[in-house]
Amino acid sequence: MLVSINWLKDYVNTQQLPPAELGEKITRSGIEVDAVIDRSHGMTNIVVGYVESCVKHPEADKLSICQVNVGEEIAQIICGAPNIAAGQKVIVARPGATLPGDIKIKKAKLRGEESHGMICSLQELGIEGKLVPKAYAEGIYVLPEDAETGSDVITNFDLDDTVLELGLTPNRADAMSMLGVAYEVGAILSEEVQLPEISYKEASDTAASMLTLNVDAPEANPLYVAKVVRNIKVQESPMWLQQRLMAAGVRPHNNVVDVTNYILMEYGQPLHAFDYDALDSGNITVRHAKEGEMITTLDDAERKLSGHHLVITNGEKPVAIAGVMGGANSEVSDSTTTVVIESAYFASGSVRQTSKDHGLRSDASSRYEKGVDPNRVIPAAERAAQLLSELAGGEVLAGSVVFDELNKEERIVKVSPDFINSRLGMKIAFEDMLDILNRLKFNTAAVNGQLVISVPTRRQDIQIPEDVVEEIARLYGYDEIPATLPEAETTPGGLTPYQAKRRIARNLMEGAGLLQATTYSLTSEKSAKQFALEETETTRLLMPMSEERSILRQSLLPHLLESVTYNTARRMDSVALYETGSVFLKGDDELLNEQEHLAVAMTGLWLDNSWQGEKKPVDFFVLKGIVESLGNKLGVQLTFERGQMDDLHPGRTAFIMLDGQRIGVMGQLHPTEQKARDLKTTVVMELNLATLLNLETEALVYTPVPRYPSMSRDVALVLSKIVEAGTIETVIRNAGGKLLKDVRVFDLYEGDKMEEGKKSVAFSLTYFDPEKTLTDEEVINAHEKVMAALTEVGAELRS
Amino acid sequence: MEAQLQELKTQALEKIAEASNVKELNDVRVAYLGKKGPITDLLKGMGKLPAEERPKMGALVNVVREEVTTQLEGRMVILEEEAINQKLQSETIDITLPGRPVKTGNSHPLTRVVEEIEDLFISMGYEVAEGPEVEKDYYNFEALNLPKGHPARDMQDSFYITEDILLRTHTSPVQARTMEAKGGEPIKIICPGKVYRRDSDDATHSHQFTQIEGLVIGEDIRMSDLKGTLSVFAKKMFGDDREIRLRPSFFPFTEPSVEMDISCFKCGGSGCNVCKKTGWIEILGAGMVHPNVLEMAGYDSKRLTGFAFGMGPERIAMLKYGVEDIRHFYTNDVRFLSQFQRTEL
Repeated sequence: MLVSINWLKDYVNTQQLPPAELGEKITRSGIEVDAVIDRSHGMTNIVVGYVESCVKHPEADKLSICQVNVGEEIAQIICGAPNIAAGQKVIVARPGATLPGDIKIKKAKLRGEESHGMICSLQELGIEGKLVPKAYAEGIYVLPEDAETGSDVITNFDLDDTVLELGLTPNRADAMSMLGVAYEVGAILSEEVQLPEISYKEASDTAASMLTLNVDAPEANPLYVAKVVRNIKVQESPMWLQQRLMAAGVRPHNNVVDVTNYILMEYGQPLHAFDYDALDSGNITVRHAKEGEMITTLDDAERKLSGHHLVITNGEKPVAIAGVMGGANSEVSDSTTTVVIESAYFASGSVRQTSKDHGLRSDASSRYEKGVDPNRVIPAAERAAQLLSELAGGEVLAGSVVFDELNKEERIVKVSPDFINSRLGMKIAFEDMLDILNRLKFNTAAVNGQLVISVPTRRQDIQIPEDVVEEIARLYGYDEIPATLPEAETTPGGLTPYQAKRRIARNLMEGAGLLQATTYSLTSEKSAKQFALEETETTRLLMPMSEERSILRQSLLPHLLESVTYNTARRMDSVALYETGSVFLKGDDELLNEQEHLAVAMTGLWLDNSWQGEKKPVDFFVLKGIVESLGNKLGVQLTFERGQMDDLHPGRTAFIMLDGQRIGVMGQLHPTEQKARDLKTTVVMELNLATLLNLETEALVYTPVPRYPSMSRDVALVLSKIVEAGTIETVIRNAGGKLLKDVRVFDLYEGDKMEEGKKSVAFSLTYFDPEKTLTDEEVINAHEKVMAALTEVGAELRS
Repeated sequence: MEAQLQELKTQALEKIAEASNVKELNDVRVAYLGKKGPITDLLKGMGKLPAEERPKMGALVNVVREEVTTQLEGRMVILEEEAINQKLQSETIDITLPGRPVKTGNSHPLTRVVEEIEDLFISMGYEVAEGPEVEKDYYNFEALNLPKGHPARDMQDSFYITEDILLRTHTSPVQARTMEAKGGEPIKIICPGKVYRRDSDDATHSHQFTQIEGLVIGEDIRMSDLKGTLSVFAKKMFGDDREIRLRPSFFPFTEPSVEMDISCFKCGGSGCNVCKKTGWIEILGAGMVHPNVLEMAGYDSKRLTGFAFGMGPERIAMLKYGVEDIRHFYTNDVRFLSQFQRTEL
């Protein structure tokens, strides 16, 4: 809502407050002022000029040489506007003038001819092009003939004005009108509100003699008022009206349309004007549309209607979509002489649905959607009659044609001062509360210590005692509320074990050198199931904004890998990212099965200590080490099983297992996938973090620090290449008995000194007895069993 | 013989002085004091002396021997120190060369902000509550006093999956769920999480972003408690000299509703770019829980009251760290992410 302060002053005394200060007061008491716009933009030296003569520039087709009377003198001005003509009153920026955009006007020579100033369009005065009347949109603005030559344009045409741009919340529909804002400002400043005085001369003929009305949908349209005005002359509106509309962000059209828009802004009540003769029936019938019925609206769009759309008809065919937009067939034109002015109350739900169905949002529909004031419908119609008689020379027929079943009673809200103070934690005096309610123009009675408030119908948002608490508080001042802390008993607070362990997992990832990433949950059809751990259906949005963001992800990796590529494409070759976040699987009930996952993607060098000659590219085992540490940190035994997954290297993929259950996958990207993503060797991991974090962890009890020495034995074995170290480790562990405490691979050799198809793996075995120092004999015994078991599985000792 | 002895001593002392390193000095030791050395020879040769001369001569040899030994040891200390100094000299490194890198990652700036807020409220006795991102329309809207067709639903254009299921548009459904689960008992929670709205991504909008909300319900919870709580938050988060102010606002789930501004942490209130010359920065929305919301969740709104507040970690991170484009949080450029390594404590 754009509020011209000059216009506002018609209804309320703004106490000559500087606009910024007034704006601040409005903001602090409830309606946010988003911007304070100075319409004069600091312009000076702009006067009314009279074009005495106008001839074509001899050197330029598109320029005219004008002799312009600017009051003190006749100035020669070169003008490029196509609509310039002798005899016009125009806006002249004299040399030395400043225009918006910091444009300074100087004397100039244009193709050899002197120009002493500039004849201006409204755009050049800082008015948005879409608000400039169509007739002047492509050229200069032509002032009314009676404009005084040489007088100041800024003050005479109301451009020395400031506009407050209000950011309205949905509850404050009352402030979508100048009167509503006047009530708000009146409450803030303790000033009275002056309503427009409505008086006009009525013709002896009655409106009812020319127009009949039927309302067939009283629920959607409980109140309809029509007035008939005849013998009007459709023409341009006077300057002040055009200026006010432009200040309010409305484009002027002609006096009839402008009057309806002016009252829309003034009262917040949408009006519509029909050309009476074009109705061609002397009847208005309000009804629901027939299924498939068609109408061409004012924007020249042909629209198909449904049974739940409310329409205004001439008794036969639709002439307007109620509360949304008029029809082209009954539009007021230059030749219109008699108009029907509609002022109605349309139910908000009906208008909202209709405007949504047709994708049509207008100043009218947005007010109906939020609910107009039932008690302004009739006054707005009267106001329109008055202005049409004043500005269009119209003759207003006596009375109105009315259908009225609307409840216009004020709502009663009762609230006690104690309630108000206890909700606020304040001690506002009863008299102060009464004063605030009086300033709001809420009729209030004190009955048995209670405030009994009759809420004006313009304030549909005041319904319950808490609403009154807010009104009192905001006008008393939120700064007056003390700062306290809840007095209830203190509670311990804290993270759940799940949340605490999630932080531990994140810390571990970061300690391991990974950066935490955050990617989008919405993805494309193509990426939704890539790397998914479980096979389930995907979930699609009803109305996605793009295909790229249309499906809920089932794996974190596709987006994480996109982030890796984003970085490598910018020449950051080593990237190590992790993310925790939800994946979305089809669940048993209507909600999805959201699982919190942890994913890692790494590429490039893991260690880059170049000057000491240490360089370690990421590989499967770098990542495996991180996963193993995570398991240790969270107190769970993770194991790894050779696995396969699309887009992962078939020989370098493992499933991450917990108690025989597959909870994750890790591996190197398939070379084809790497290439497709423009990546070098990249390893990835994703696991179901929720499963890990939900496990209850065992209590930690320490194992005594060894008091006796352990003994170790190394064995280098020659194995077939296909035999996995893990298998041999299991053989060793199973054979080693209780003295064998640890088995560790310490060397792997696959070089050309080995026989074809063979490799050498060296293990270090640690024997230990917590009760005593081991004897050689005991170790030899245990070790021989191990060696025997190894021979049995075909592992030879490397010579 | 005595002359011979003096001669020997002079020679030995010369050799000791000449020795330039530990090895040479050791050679001198072996040469003069060793078992095959001339002093030992002299002692051995004493048997040939007359008996009465032996003690005198013996004493003399011992004196010489002791002197040579003392000199030698003194010299040895010096040479050893020289040797160590030389070794140290040769081992000197260029300490300006870089250290072996220890790779350290760090959390995402939004996690950093969220955890800071979580920890602050945990210290005031709050629990952290979470809930699903794919939510029922009921918890996202209806339970929060936003029935179907409510005009305020326009404020949050949503991603629906079915008519009744959508991506949550705020973390408030967690509050609704917690209230339902608590069955009328007091509550003190903070709810962080991801939320989604139908916005085109640009420098200030993101279709996915994060929120963190708080909810306190109990007996006699007043608006002044909200103000006091937010004041503590503002000071802890943005500095001890921060002031707050409340401005009236509107949210369907609170009544009264407010927006909270803090005095600008950059200019202290005198006006700068961060606060757009106003001296104040809008940080969060809050209010007293609407009685309809309490009643829908089974609370007696006559007996228990509450307050709620909500804010956007993106906005806070943007303000705190001067980030100008919200998309940075979702692009994962390591040159951006790795800047949030160090502590600010």
